[in-house]
Amino acid sequence: MCLAIPMKIKKISGEFAEVESGKFTRKVNIQMLSGIKPGDYVLVHAGFAIEKVDAEKARETLRFIDEIR
Amino acid sequence: MKYVDEYRNMKLINKLAAGIKSINSGSPINIMEVCGTHTQSFFRFGLDKLLPRNIRLIAGPGCPVCVSSQGYIDTAIALAKRKGVIITTFGDMLRIPGTRSSLERERAEGREVKVVYSPLDSLKIASDNPSAQVIFLAVGFETTIPTVGLSIISAKKEKINNLSFLCALKLIPPAMDHLLKDKRLNLAGFLCPGHVSSIIGARAYEFIAKKYRMPCCISGFEPTDMLEGIYIILKQISEGKPSVANEYARIVKRAGNVKAKKIILKIFKTVDSCWRGLGVIPHSGLAIKDEFSQFDAAKVFNVLRATSYEPRTTKCRCGDVLKGLITPAQCALFSKACIPDNPIGPCMVSQEGACSAYYRYKK
Repeated sequence: MCLAIPMKIKKISGEFAEVESGKFTRKVNIQMLSGIKPGDYVLVHAGFAIEKVDAEKARETLRFIDEIR
Repeated sequence: MKYVDEYRNMKLINKLAAGIKSINSGSPINIMEVCGTHTQSFFRFGLDKLLPRNIRLIAGPGCPVCVSSQGYIDTAIALAKRKGVIITTFGDMLRIPGTRSSLERERAEGREVKVVYSPLDSLKIASDNPSAQVIFLAVGFETTIPTVGLSIISAKKEKINNLSFLCALKLIPPAMDHLLKDKRLNLAGFLCPGHVSSIIGARAYEFIAKKYRMPCCISGFEPTDMLEGIYIILKQISEGKPSVANEYARIVKRAGNVKAKKIILKIFKTVDSCWRGLGVIPHSGLAIKDEFSQFDAAKVFNVLRATSYEPRTTKCRCGDVLKGLITPAQCALFSKACIPDNPIGPCMVSQEGACSAYYRYKK
């Protein structure tokens, strides 16, 4: 039930933002986050953006795996 | 999908599987995950087939629907039967067996039970039905709790006075602590839940690594995430250095989501809570604070919060499955009397339940 998916912020209006994933868009509440802007990716759960995706850390994780031998 | 596809890369998956084999000691290792989404991902992506046979991933009490007590479901059903009540709920709750009925059966008999995607949807249903009393079944772990908290804040701001929340919100770290006190459990590490951790932060598990010298790794839900989490736990075991590692750093911070944690503290207080199959676990649940009691369905409708321990009434062994003491297939009812279309135990009900996942992918 803790399923959450990364979606891209399209437009922000007040406490809500329009987010998209592929052709799918929806309106989510962004009150739990601060300093987000269009183009950012956020994790969406039950109609709320619960955290911002950190692009640099995302790359680091992939690099770490690639370096395993 | 960005931030999904990269973590399903076959080359990286194979690399991790090889990495796990190269540091595998060969002795039996039980790692427990406590998130229904982990349970589902693990079987769905066939990760069990990539692990050496001596390494077992056990599905712990990570599905909030599965651990909702029978008393809670009975209370929800009793409320659904009252005149003028509309129950709103996440879809997974519908089929959970209460003592005599389920919400699905009540709905078929004409009670108003509406499935919602977000707790916020309940606000609209309440506004659209001013003569009804709307009750949201607030079930969930730390990931969901701030969404319930913000919905209560919004309801107060919008002066919605025909909406309340029946809380069975539960906290993961106290449940992990409780499990570790059971001497029969033979655990070598915890794969900590990524989305719960996005709220509570990596710091919330540090007492577990310290007090029990138990390796922990927070992990995401894609195949490389879960395999990397297992790899990191095996490394901690082989180096004898238990700590809380964070594989899901693209989402999880050490302090978590501070804003979300403040919302939780504002609306809720810690209480003892009854987990189906495990019994009452001290300080493992949340209830609405008195200053927001107008939104507490337990107070509004004067029903008792279900805190009593419920003894097993059938041969169902979900409690032992949740502790990893047996696999679902070792329960006498599994795939015979108890199947997804006719669940007896809670772990067979939700798609995230250990028995249901086992039934769909392993049978």
